Amino acid sequence: MTTDQTTQGTEEAPSEPVDMPVLEVRGLGKRFGSVQALQDVDVSLRAGEVTCVVGDNGAGKSVFIKMLCGLIRPSEGEILLDGLATEFSSPRRARALGIVAVYQDLALAPMMSLWRNFFMGGEPVKGWWIFQRFDVAYAKEAMQRELEKLGVDLGDPDRAAHTLSGGERQGLAIARAMYYGARVLILDEPTSALGVRQSGAVLRLIRRAAQRGTAVVLVTPKPQHAFWVGDRFLVFQRGRLVEDRRSETLTLESLSYLMAGGGEVDELESAIATA
Amino acid sequence: MSRLQIPALSKARPWVQTAVLRPELGSLVAAVLLLMFFSIASSGAMLEIPTLARVLDTAWPYGIIAVAVGLLMISGEFDLSTGVMVGTAGALLGVMATEWGMNLWLALLLSLLICLALGLWNGILVVWTGLPSFVITLGTFFGLRGANVALSKYFTGDALIENIDDAAGYDSLHSIVATVFGTAPSDFRVSLLWWGGFTLIATWILWRTKIGNWIFATGGDREAARAVGVPVNGTKIGLFMLTAGAAWFVGVSNAVRYTSVQAGQGVGAEFFYIIAAVVGGCAMSGGRGSAIGPAIGALIWGIAFVGIPHAGWNSDWRWAFYGVLLLLATLINHIVGERVRTARSG
Repeated sequence: MTTDQTTQGTEEAPSEPVDMPVLEVRGLGKRFGSVQALQDVDVSLRAGEVTCVVGDNGAGKSVFIKMLCGLIRPSEGEILLDGLATEFSSPRRARALGIVAVYQDLALAPMMSLWRNFFMGGEPVKGWWIFQRFDVAYAKEAMQRELEKLGVDLGDPDRAAHTLSGGERQGLAIARAMYYGARVLILDEPTSALGVRQSGAVLRLIRRAAQRGTAVVLVTPKPQHAFWVGDRFLVFQRGRLVEDRRSETLTLESLSYLMAGGGEVDELESAIATA
Repeated sequence: MSRLQIPALSKARPWVQTAVLRPELGSLVAAVLLLMFFSIASSGAMLEIPTLARVLDTAWPYGIIAVAVGLLMISGEFDLSTGVMVGTAGALLGVMATEWGMNLWLALLLSLLICLALGLWNGILVVWTGLPSFVITLGTFFGLRGANVALSKYFTGDALIENIDDAAGYDSLHSIVATVFGTAPSDFRVSLLWWGGFTLIATWILWRTKIGNWIFATGGDREAARAVGVPVNGTKIGLFMLTAGAAWFVGVSNAVRYTSVQAGQGVGAEFFYIIAAVVGGCAMSGGRGSAIGPAIGALIWGIAFVGIPHAGWNSDWRWAFYGVLLLLATLINHIVGERVRTARSG
């Protein structure tokens, strides 16, 4: 392996990003009443890449990912999936098309067992008519298989989800998204509530998901995490996409500067100086 | 691919884990202990066949409805209209059969449809308004409480509807819902088979079908369930119809068995179903429970109801006993729930 692990963040041979973007947005914008929350965003997401979405609160990054996963409808612009204009009427529809969001709360029911959580809303069944039943043996086995593909070991599939650590919960949620054929995996601050070791494991997991050919979109307020895992960085400011940079063109310092507001910091400093 | 070491929670709490996965265990232990206790206190009379027959005969109507109420509770909702719904079902059957001369089987079907419609009403109101089901079904409770008696008096001139056994189809219906096995006082009703069968089917649905997974998911974390595509509203509405259907079954069974219906019956019984479900390990906050647990909870009520006078105590103590039991069960559920919540943030 020739890649420098500390800067690139890859632990195994990275798959070559395919040229054809999986998901592309053109002139995307959202207006809430008289407030322009987001405007003129052009981005294309490629398979195998981790794209980090960074920016201040209210910069428009959450509106952006909510439009990608079908929670909010765009006011302007279009979203293209495999080059075709697509409308995501609901998160369910987006999921069906392979765009899966893992929210901060992870969508896990604490008292339910791991396999029940894993297949929540997509239960595999066997049997006919009123004899149709939840295929429990298959569910447990399929979950273990998917976890193994990501190299995650969560132990007994019958344990309740509340017994998982924060990192393990992320692991289960990411594996679940991968099982449902996520082509675009959207992660909203997956490491925000985690300690250093847990965060490290989750970031490695995110890289593995990307290596399996998924386009990962990661929202995180932490420059170190973004820098370690990201191939590409989208910086949002006041409802606009102001930077679209690849990791080769950045250092941790320059990324931190961009994430802290970049030009806004200089502007603020001069404003304070002249006041 | 190398194994990824994700740090796990350090503190393992096996008893919480057991309580979550087998919520009915506590009630099973309580039922066995109570039976032993009353056997000793009654010098063995508690374990005689006629006494056990009375225990089961006391328990079954509570059991059937408690199982349905338990499933509803797992999905995170309450139904306070189940008690009066028993009266509604009986009164409907009685009026149709005795005043309108309808065949009992037709009356059975029509009363079922009306009860299911009332359950649908409860469910749709809860889902649409987003108000607590406690309030919605309390409204239905008072509405039905008034309507049961008022309509009975309007159609029959009395709140007591009698002579249901004169209606066509009585014998065949009686054989299905009220037949007796054995001779009094060692008699067992066919109702017990209905109770057992319903509990088994409910257990199967809960643990082995996708609808069961939806019920747990809806009560466990409604928004999470919705986000992954669980039909949360449909699940709830279906369960409100199930509780109404269970109440209907008990109402018509009693009407056929006693050949008369007191239109005001069932008021106050809704609490017993809820208590039985809670004692059986269903969490009031939803997401946890079983179908067999509420059945055991109802059995405990039967044991106490029959056991307390057998032990030579004033039978008024039954109520106090059930109050204490409810408090204990809720406390245990609460402690388990707290442990789950604290483990979550770790």
